[in-house]
Formats: sequence, structure tokens, C-alpha cells
Amino acid sequence: MMRLAANRLSLALLISAWCMAPTLAQAPTDVTPESIQIGLSTDRVTITSDFSGADLTIFGALDNADPMVARQGRYDVIVVLEGPARPVVVRKKTRVLGMWINTESETFVNVPMSYSVATSRARQDITNPANYKQLALGAENITVTPFDRNGDPVTIEEFTTALRERKKASGLFSERIGGVQFLSQSLFRATLHLAPNVPVGTHRARAFLFKNGVFIKENSAQLAILKAGFEQRVHRAAQNHGFLYGVVAVLLAFVTGWLGRLIFRKD
Amino acid sequence: MGIYLPIAEMSVNMVVILAMGAAVGFLSGMFGVGGGFLITPLLIFYNIPPAIAVATGANQVVASSVSGALAHLKKGTIDFKLGTVLLIGGIAGSTLGAWVFALLRSVGQLDLFVSLVYVALLGTVGGLMLVESVRALQRARRGVNPIARQTGQHNWIHRLPFKMRFRASKMFVSVIPVVGIGAVIGFLASIMGVGGGFIMIPALIYLLKVPTNVVVGTSLYQIIFTAAYTTIVHSTANQTVDIVLAFLLMVGGVAGAQYGARAGQKLRGEQLRALLALLVLAVALRLAFDLFVRPSSVYSLTGL
Repeated sequence: MMRLAANRLSLALLISAWCMAPTLAQAPTDVTPESIQIGLSTDRVTITSDFSGADLTIFGALDNADPMVARQGRYDVIVVLEGPARPVVVRKKTRVLGMWINTESETFVNVPMSYSVATSRARQDITNPANYKQLALGAENITVTPFDRNGDPVTIEEFTTALRERKKASGLFSERIGGVQFLSQSLFRATLHLAPNVPVGTHRARAFLFKNGVFIKENSAQLAILKAGFEQRVHRAAQNHGFLYGVVAVLLAFVTGWLGRLIFRKD
Repeated sequence: MGIYLPIAEMSVNMVVILAMGAAVGFLSGMFGVGGGFLITPLLIFYNIPPAIAVATGANQVVASSVSGALAHLKKGTIDFKLGTVLLIGGIAGSTLGAWVFALLRSVGQLDLFVSLVYVALLGTVGGLMLVESVRALQRARRGVNPIARQTGQHNWIHRLPFKMRFRASKMFVSVIPVVGIGAVIGFLASIMGVGGGFIMIPALIYLLKVPTNVVVGTSLYQIIFTAAYTTIVHSTANQTVDIVLAFLLMVGGVAGAQYGARAGQKLRGEQLRALLALLVLAVALRLAFDLFVRPSSVYSLTGL
């Protein structure tokens, strides 16, 4: 559904980028810095009952791209889709009396529930680790704040690593090398994966532009991931009217049990 | 075929869930138990969060026990008075269970407690049933008639005060053990997401000496209401009942149960009990395995 077409915004940007090119050539001394734009074909994705993960396509364009640099393929783009931040408890099991039991835990207050990255090339070929760290870019660099700031730094480090590793294992933190493709010298397309268990809420798409390994510009857009009508109503009913919801669940069970007996009875 | 579960917030395969419901329904119809003790672990193995598996399991138990109890209602094999007294205890136990459930969840020990209770109970009940049924099978092979249980046999339970007459069960017994059994099973039901039939039936037969013909019907009758109450309590306190998941399980379950009941009639009582015992032990072993073998990752994440 998201793949359908480049939206009007990115098309417009593409045209503007083309128009800019001659201007740049005429005045090579007064270079306007490059910038990056992204546009989503929709600002909301609804999760319907048949949702089992999806690919999200984001189109974008470079403004004031230097045609020379672009031709040599020395522009790189990294697109990140970051889920809403929520508190997370990381627990660790240790062996007690032969059983594996949760004994230690660490709470983090602002963990992005999902984090998927698409890059135009392998990460190490775009820029150096120090730059990624400075930009807080990549699953290993995102900042997570422990609830207990005065905790033992070694323990916090251990649990932070475990948090990232678990998120990767659940498919919520992902990376797709080559997920960003240049369609022309200044237009690109990023394909990001939405996991089947993608969290609902406001996600932020961020695009980072690099030139010759140097970070140039960042831009972002918002995307709401929502449950579709029925799923949303069920969820809201469970949250706001827990008691009534329970009564309805029980009535449904009575009716199903009774009908099941009528339809399938064998005695 | 994927279907999105609105409460569990994940996508599952609809066919797998329907098949799971049908398989458990078949077994529960065959053995005359609710099947909650199979559904909840199966859901947990299928990566449904334990809190949702437990509450949703209780909801599906309501459907399967309504279906089962209707058959007994027609045959007149339900002791409503006994069932109601058991239910009073059940409600109290269930309330306490839901409270302990929320407490354990907040300290991160819910999974451990649920697994321990499962391993201990299923291991004990399964082991006892296996020993008993193997003996019965050996006796049958040697051609000895099983010893008829002596009626009027009394134990310490029959010396307790506050006696009450239960006509349908032909019993005159103190209400203390009846309410007590109800409370213990209600407590377990709400923590394990089960109806408790696999504990209720032996408890009624061996502790209260309830005649076998009314045991299953009475147990099912009271389980309907304990499980319904558990569902509502979990839904109110923890918002963990996934109605879409529960409905799929119910549909599979009620269909499977009727076929299972027919299959069960073709097997002899002690053969059925031996098979059920093996099944119960297999579930206990599988859960014990997870508890004692090093997990693939010692870390786990939960929301706050």
C-alpha cells in the first residue's frame, strides 16, 4: 500500500532539484549547502486484522546536490524509522537452586520500541564509528537512559547491551544495507521493514545525508502507526471499560459454548 | 493466514490458533476436563505473553465448560447445591489469585511462579494418575475385578463442623472442606488460567467421596462461573484478555470437544486415564525443561 507511487511532495522535490542544478553550475563560487528532504506517501499506516508485517517505502531527494559528487556516488543516505519511546525493564536470569530465575533488573525510561535502519551502503563504508556515535545513529548508539542514574556503570552497560541484543532478536531493531537506493542523482527511495509486532504510536522517520563521509544534513517526518477500526475499538474498550469488556468476553464464551454444542453435538 | 491480536499487539497465524483450540478441545472432550492446563502453556510456547495467555485461557475455559456442562444438564448429573458452595470458595480464591498475579507481574516473577505451579501440580496429578491407571490396567489383565469403593467410609474431613446435606450427591458433610477446595482451585485457576478440572475431579472423588457420576458435571458447572469470574477480574485489573485470540480458541475448542467426547467413548476408563496422565506429565516435563535448562538468552524485556 505504501509502495504505490512516489508522492506529490517528493516528485515536486525532484523537479526542484533538477531546476536548481543549472543555477549551481552558473555560480560555482557561491555554493548553497546540500540538504535532504523526505516525504511519506501517507502519514498513517493502519494495522488491519490481516497485518503480518509490511515494507514501508520512503521517497526523498537531495537539494543542491553537486552533480559531480553525485555522479561519483559519494553521497550517502541513511534513513531511520524510530518507534515511540516507552519505559522498558530488562531482567536477567541466573541459576538459583538449579532453576533459571529472574534475579536482576534494570529499568530504562526512554527506549524506542522499534528502530529500523536502511542505508545506501554498508555502514562502515559511509562514515566512521565516531560520527555515528555523535549522531546517536544506529541501534548500538541510540541513547537509553537508566531510571536509576546512579547505578553501577558496568551493570548499566551490560543491561544496555542486552536490551539492544534482545530488540534485534525480536526483529524490532533491524538494519537493511542497500535499503536506500538512488533512483537518479538526487532522488532516492528507502525501504524499511515494519515487523509484525511493530508498536503502535507516532514513529519518526529521519534521513541523514553524508558527503564523502562527512555528515551534512538531517531531516525528519512523522508517521502514525494505528490499529484499524475494529482492533482499535477492542483495544480501547479493554483499556477504558475493563469490567464491561470482561463481561462481553464471558457472554461471547457462553454463546460460543452453547452454539458449539448445538452444531457439533455427537451424543 | 495472519490475524492481528488487538490486546497481545502481535500478528499470529489464524490456522495455528484454530488447530490448537481444536486439538485441546478434542483431548478435553475425550478426557472430560476443561483443557485450560494445555491451552495456557501452548499459548506461551507460541510466544503469547504469559499474562495474556493466562487471562485468555480462562476465557476459553468458560466456553468449553458451558459446552460440556450442557451435556450433563440434560443427563441430570449436576449437583447444583454442591457446585454453588464450591463456587463461593472459588470466587474468594480467584480474587486473591488475581491480586497475587498482579503483584508477581510487577516484581517480574510471574513466569517463574506460573511455571512452578504448573510443574508441581501437573507432575503430581499426572504421576498419581499414571500409577493408579497402570495398576488398574494390570489388574484388568490379570482378570481381577477392580475393588469397589466402600460407601460410608469416613475420614477426618467428615468430623468437621457446619455440616450440610447435598441431596444429589447423597452426602452430609461439613462446608469447610467444600469451600476450601473451591478456594484453592479458584486461586490456582486465576494464576494458571485453568478451570482446575484436573484437580477438582480427584479432590471431589478422593477427599469428599462424591459419587463419580455427578463429579464431572458439578465440576464443570462450578468451573464455568469461576473461570468467568477470573476472566472479568483479569480484564478489569490487568486488561489482559484478548477477545480475538479467545474467540478463535473457543471455536476450535467447542468443535474439537464434541468429536473428542465420541472418541473417548471407544476407549476404556483406565486406558483413558493412563493416556491423560501421560499427556499431563509431558506438559509438566516440557515446562520443567524450560525452568532447569539454560535459556537461549538469560535476558528478557518487559514493558513497565
